[in-house]
Amino acid sequence: MGRKLLLEHAHVEGIHTYEVYRKHGGYRSVEKALNSMTPDEVVEEVKKSGLRGRGGAGFPTGLKWSFLAKPEGVPRYLLCNADESEPGTFKDRYLMEKIPHLLIEGMITSSYALGANTSYIYIRGEYSWIVKILEKAIAEAYAAGWLGKNILGKGYDLDLYVSPGAGAYICGEETALIESLEGKRGNPRIKPPFPAVKGLWQCPTVVNNVETIAAVVPIVNDGGDEYAKIGIGKSTGTKLISACGNINKPGVYEIEMGITVEQFLYSDEWCGGIKNGKKLKALVAGGSSVPILPHFLITKNAKGEQRLMTYESLADGGFESGTMLGSGGFIVYDEDQCIVRNTMNFTRFYHHESCGQCSPCREGTGWMEKVLWRLENGQGKISDINLLADVAKKIEGNTICPLGDAAAWPVNSAIRHFREEFEWHVYEPKACMERNYGLVREPGVFLVGVQG
Amino acid sequence: MHAATQNGTPFKYSEAALAEVKGLIRKYPEGRGKSALIRALHIAQEENNGWLSVPAMDHVAEVLEITPIEVYEVASFYSMYNLEPVGQYVLEFCHTGPCAIEGAERIIEYTKLKLGIGKNQTTPDGLFTIKQVECLGACGYAPMMQVGQYYHEHLTEEKIDRFIEDCKAGKLDKGSWKMH
Repeated sequence: MGRKLLLEHAHVEGIHTYEVYRKHGGYRSVEKALNSMTPDEVVEEVKKSGLRGRGGAGFPTGLKWSFLAKPEGVPRYLLCNADESEPGTFKDRYLMEKIPHLLIEGMITSSYALGANTSYIYIRGEYSWIVKILEKAIAEAYAAGWLGKNILGKGYDLDLYVSPGAGAYICGEETALIESLEGKRGNPRIKPPFPAVKGLWQCPTVVNNVETIAAVVPIVNDGGDEYAKIGIGKSTGTKLISACGNINKPGVYEIEMGITVEQFLYSDEWCGGIKNGKKLKALVAGGSSVPILPHFLITKNAKGEQRLMTYESLADGGFESGTMLGSGGFIVYDEDQCIVRNTMNFTRFYHHESCGQCSPCREGTGWMEKVLWRLENGQGKISDINLLADVAKKIEGNTICPLGDAAAWPVNSAIRHFREEFEWHVYEPKACMERNYGLVREPGVFLVGVQG
Repeated sequence: MHAATQNGTPFKYSEAALAEVKGLIRKYPEGRGKSALIRALHIAQEENNGWLSVPAMDHVAEVLEITPIEVYEVASFYSMYNLEPVGQYVLEFCHTGPCAIEGAERIIEYTKLKLGIGKNQTTPDGLFTIKQVECLGACGYAPMMQVGQYYHEHLTEEKIDRFIEDCKAGKLDKGSWKMH
């Protein structure tokens, strides 16, 4: 059993209430920070912990915090990114449903460190029941004196609010999130200026993922050095992984960074192996945006070394033979799954979620979806495979925000590792449709255009 | 804007809703009341039988003291807002990758055949609308649909049958859900 820092008390009866949470050591980090630490000392502990952004990018949190501009007389804001929309990712939801006070405690301690007096939790609109859970917990925290004016008599004021979205993947991008919080369309901004200088209402702003903010609690409680003892190299601490797909035990797990992928996938403590005794075909390790890997590159890297659940080990081999830890959305595919169909599905997702600002993404995602639809439905030509790779390459790196890259990577990697399956769709369309749909149909008879 | 959207009946927030929206505005600094727009639209949609008509959006603009176009552009951007009338129960099925692996497409087809409607269509009795949406963050509990505020997970054909029966019998108020 690995150490658990975030979900240690997740199964305690009534942990979502203030009394029970407090009884299990809740709000100690606020007491410690406000009573005995300066804001800069809190930032220093976070730097020492080596904590990296848990939303997907993996940027060092302490460093991000130290970029925050502090001009006189201008308010600063801390925003929590609870927009969780990456396919395969459902860890933040679990944390907020189970232990809402952990997020609130993290928000108070982090806001103190950054000198923010108003903070917002931006949560995706579909999680409307969690909005209620959070608002109830916030009301309890106000009543107990952890929020509001002059917290713990230390002269520090903080107001915390929940602000829901209304259905848009793009609002997980930090500048789109800021736009949405301002009551606008979620169009990402051109950077620079970065949010640390000009963010919410043009004021200095930090945006952090739910899990990142929650991790600040054990870091302040036990010290950054203690946190950094867990994990390997630059991947410190614990990580929430949401596992789904063809496995025996889908769910949210907190792991110590550095366990092997093989352990995580096959041990009964975690995923419990592939469902129905089938064989592993492919795996997406960090949410739909990261490159998909074939079975022979998952548990071991190209050099034959054990792959670990860390930022570095999963990325080993670059995009040629590696992937990314991303948001921790762990999607497992068994031998019966069709990679072309799955790629088409993900591309439809990105086409639907593109905000439409940049032409390469707005147009390119639609073209990729059309080409993939042709291939999947027995209408493809062999040249389509290269066309697809070409379109993906032209999106990548040519857009304001990373959604373009996120749309291109799954396509590039699927072609790189599963080209034969794409070709099979061209040469044997009847056979592949029989496999995928259990139907023997003449290819093309139901060509009705791309379904949005 | 879509034809149906323009033909809404007059709309005004109920007193309770108006007070709620005014309260939302106070969560943001002076002069930043526009930030309350997204939630104000959710409330308007709830009070307008599940969709946003032009009169509803115009009223929201008036309450928030912003121009109507600022409301229209937001309403048309986010997928949770319906710009056309919908049924009493809106069945929003996730059809993204992880749900698709677990048979979401089959469940959606089953429901469409059972109700005799397609995507974005409403049954003649005005009871059900089917929508297909992208990832709702229930990948480990797939396949799933959202109805109103609640998630219905681990869907099977039997569960769909039961759900539809319960709705028809008026036994279900916007569904039921349990935590994992």
